[in-house]
Amino acid sequence: MSKIIIDPITRIEGHLKIETTVEDGVVKDARSTGNLFRGFELILRGRDPRDAQVITQRICGVCPQSHGAAAAFNLDSAFGISDKIPDNGRILRNLIQGTHVTQDHILHFYHLAALDYVDITDVAKYEGGDSALNSVKDFIVRGELGPFVPRYEGDYRLPTEVNQMACAHYLKALEIRRIGHEMVSLLSGKIPHSVGIVPGGVTITPTVDLITTYLWKLRILQDFINNVYIPDVLAVAGVYSDYCEIGAGCGNLLSYGAYDLDGTSPDYTTRKRLFYQGTVSTDLKPGKLDISKINENVTHSWYENATTGRHPSMGDTKPELGKEDAYSWVKAPRYDGKVYEVGPLARVAVTYANGDPEMKKLVESSLTALNAQPSALFSVMGRHLARALSAKFIADACEKWILELKPGEPTYVEYEIPDESAGFGITDAARGALGHWIEIKDKKIANYQCVVPTTWNASPRDDNENPGPIEQAIMGTRIKDKDNPFEIERIVRSFDPCLACAIH
Amino acid sequence: MSKEIPVIWLAGASCTGCSVSLLNTASPTIKNLLVDEVIPGVHINLRFHQTIMAGAGDQVIEEMEKTARELTGSFVLIIDGAIPSGEKAGYCVIGERDGKPVTMETWLEELAGAAMAVLAVGTCASFGGIPAASPNPGNCQPVTKVLEAKGIKTPVVNVPGCPPHPDWVVGTIASILLNGLPTAADLDDNLRPLAFYGKLIHENCPRRAYFDEGKFAKKFGDEGCLYELGCKGPITYADCPLRRWNSGTNWVIGAGAPCNGCTQPEFPDNTSPFYEKLQDVDLPVVGAYWLPAKEEN
Repeated sequence: MSKIIIDPITRIEGHLKIETTVEDGVVKDARSTGNLFRGFELILRGRDPRDAQVITQRICGVCPQSHGAAAAFNLDSAFGISDKIPDNGRILRNLIQGTHVTQDHILHFYHLAALDYVDITDVAKYEGGDSALNSVKDFIVRGELGPFVPRYEGDYRLPTEVNQMACAHYLKALEIRRIGHEMVSLLSGKIPHSVGIVPGGVTITPTVDLITTYLWKLRILQDFINNVYIPDVLAVAGVYSDYCEIGAGCGNLLSYGAYDLDGTSPDYTTRKRLFYQGTVSTDLKPGKLDISKINENVTHSWYENATTGRHPSMGDTKPELGKEDAYSWVKAPRYDGKVYEVGPLARVAVTYANGDPEMKKLVESSLTALNAQPSALFSVMGRHLARALSAKFIADACEKWILELKPGEPTYVEYEIPDESAGFGITDAARGALGHWIEIKDKKIANYQCVVPTTWNASPRDDNENPGPIEQAIMGTRIKDKDNPFEIERIVRSFDPCLACAIH
Repeated sequence: MSKEIPVIWLAGASCTGCSVSLLNTASPTIKNLLVDEVIPGVHINLRFHQTIMAGAGDQVIEEMEKTARELTGSFVLIIDGAIPSGEKAGYCVIGERDGKPVTMETWLEELAGAAMAVLAVGTCASFGGIPAASPNPGNCQPVTKVLEAKGIKTPVVNVPGCPPHPDWVVGTIASILLNGLPTAADLDDNLRPLAFYGKLIHENCPRRAYFDEGKFAKKFGDEGCLYELGCKGPITYADCPLRRWNSGTNWVIGAGAPCNGCTQPEFPDNTSPFYEKLQDVDLPVVGAYWLPAKEEN
C-alpha cells in the first residue's frame, strides 16, 4: 500500500489537494481537499440585498457571470418579480451568461486540460512556416520552459504533427476566448466581474450596431467550435480511447437547466429552458428536479457539526478548522441523500434524455464518430465531449437570441425591496448546477447560501461516509506509473474543478 | 543574448479573476508575454502559476522553492488574493513540506523576502478587498500589511482593481523592466502607479456633462449621470473611461451601470451599498460644477 498525494492540483481554478491510497496499482481510496476558505456567506450578511449580485460574482473570476445570473434570479424571486423580467432582459441575460460559458469551455479544453494529452515539446521538431509555431520553437530552443515544464512525463501518445497542430490550436484558442470576453463586455460592461445583469433585468439597452458586432464575433467562435474544438476533442478521445471508460464516477447526474426560453412562469424548476432541469443516471431515464431534496453535509468538512444536513434555505456556515474527521473546506451537498455529479455532462445528458431533438443529433453523431455507446459519456472523455457539445449548443442558441432583441423596448423592471422575504435562484453555470438562496430581514440580507457546481463534484464524504463524485471517479482506477500519475490528474481535470466556487 | 526574468505568481485568498483578466491582454497578447518578449530582448520566465503550469504537486512546489533559493534577489513575485493571517493562516494552504501543509502566509514571507520586488495584483492583494470585507472571516490582510508585520523590506507595487485591467498589470511590469522599480514620485499614497490611477473616473467620464447639468438617471436604461444610482466614479481613481475594457470594447458606465469603486482601498465596505447614492460629505471637490447635486438636498 502506498500513498499518492498531489498538492496542488494545477490547471484548475484554486486550491485543491488529492490524496490517494494505492494497493496493487489500483486506487483504493481517494480524498479531495479544498484548501481555501474566504467566507462569502458570512460577508454577505447584513448587506443591501442588491449587493449580492456584485459580491457573489467575486466568488469566482473564471465563472463570475453565472454567479451574477444566479444572484439576479435569487433576488428577482425574493423581490417577487421573477415572472416580470422583460423579454429583452431575459434574452440579454441568456446572451451574457451563454457567451461567457462558451468561452469558458474553450479555455478549459485548451488551456487547462490539453497539456495532459499534448506534448508541446514536439514543436521543437517543427519545420513548417507557421510563425506562431516557430515562435514556440524559438521559446523551446531558449531553454527556459516554464510554465510548460516540469510536468508528468511518459504517457503522451499523439503523433508529432498532431502535437504541433494542437499547440497551434492552444495559441489560437487564447485569441478565441478573448473574443468571447469582448462579446460579454459588449453586453455587460467588462469581464471578469461584469455589471450588466442586475435584479429586474439588465442595465444596457440593445442597439442595432451592438447586435451586428456581437453576431459577427459570435460567428468566429462558432467557426472555431465546429471546425477545431469538437474535431480536436474527438481526435484526442480516439487516441486516448481507454479514457472513454476511465473515471466513470457516481453515475448520477443533476442539472438545474439554463437559459430561460420563457420568463412568464415564476417557478425556475419547471420553466422552459434551453438545457432541461432534472436528473439522470446510467440508464439515461429522465427524472424531475425537486430542489427540496437538496441538503449539505459537513461531518467531514471544517464546519461545526451542528450545521449538517440542512437544506440551503436553512443553511449556515460556521468554520471549525482542525475538526476531527474533517479534511476539506468543501461541504458535501447531496440530492435525495445520494451522491450526484453536476456539469456539462449532466446538462447534456439530462437534455438528451428528455428527447431534445438538437441535442439528440449532437450526442448521437459524436458517439457514432467515436464508435462508442452512450455509456462512454460517463468517463473522462465523455465529460470533455459533453463540454464541447455544450459550447456548440449554447453558441448556436445565442445566434438566434441576438436577433430576437428589440431595440427601444425595455430591458429592466423596477421593484421595491421587501422588508422580509426569501428566495432562491438556480441555473447551470459552466461547471454545472449553481444555486443561491437568500433570506431578507429589515431589507437586509439575513442569510445567504450558495451551493456551487464544484461543491457537488469536489465534495468530501457525506454524513453516511459516501465519497464525493471526484473521489468516486478516482477510486478503482489503475495507476500505470505512480511517479507520473496521469490518471488522477486527467480524471480530476475532466470535472473542470473550481475551488474558489466550491468553498466560497 | 536575451535576458530572462523569472516570475513566481502565487494566489492566496483569490478568485483567479486577476489571472483571467491578464489572459485578456490585447497588445501584447498573453502569448507574447509567456512565449515571446515582453519588451525587446527581455523574456518573462513564468516558473510558477497554478492555473496554467503543466506540472502538479511536489514537482512544482520544488520548482518554486528552487527559484527562491537559486535566484534570490532576481525574480519578481506576483501575488493575487488576500492573505489569511495569524490564527486563520490555515484558511489558505498551498502544497506540503515534510507532510505538513504550508500556508499562504508562510509562502509570502519566504518568497517576498527573496524576491527583487512584489507586485500585489488586484484589490485583494493590494488592500484586502472582498475576503477582508466585514467581518473578515479569515483575518485576511493585504501584501503590504503582512510584509510590514514580518519586517520584510522588499519593494511592493499595488496594481488594484477587481479585477485590474490587463494593461495596468502589463504596463507596470514593462515599466519595471524598462526603467527599474518605480520611485515614490511614480506612485500614489496607496502605492498605485499614477500612470494608471492618477485621475478619478469622474474626471474623464463621458457622462460628466450630465452631472454638471444635474441630469441624473433615475433607473437603469435612463439617459443621464449614474450618480443617483450609486456611481462611485467621483471617489475612484482609475483610467477606465479612457482605456475601456476587453480590448477597448466597453466599460462599466458604458454599459449603463454605476462604478462600484473596485480600485479603492475602501472597496467593498465603504463603497457600498453599490446601488445607493454616495453621501456628499464623502466626496472630494472635483471640478467647478459641484453645486447641482447638493441643491437637491
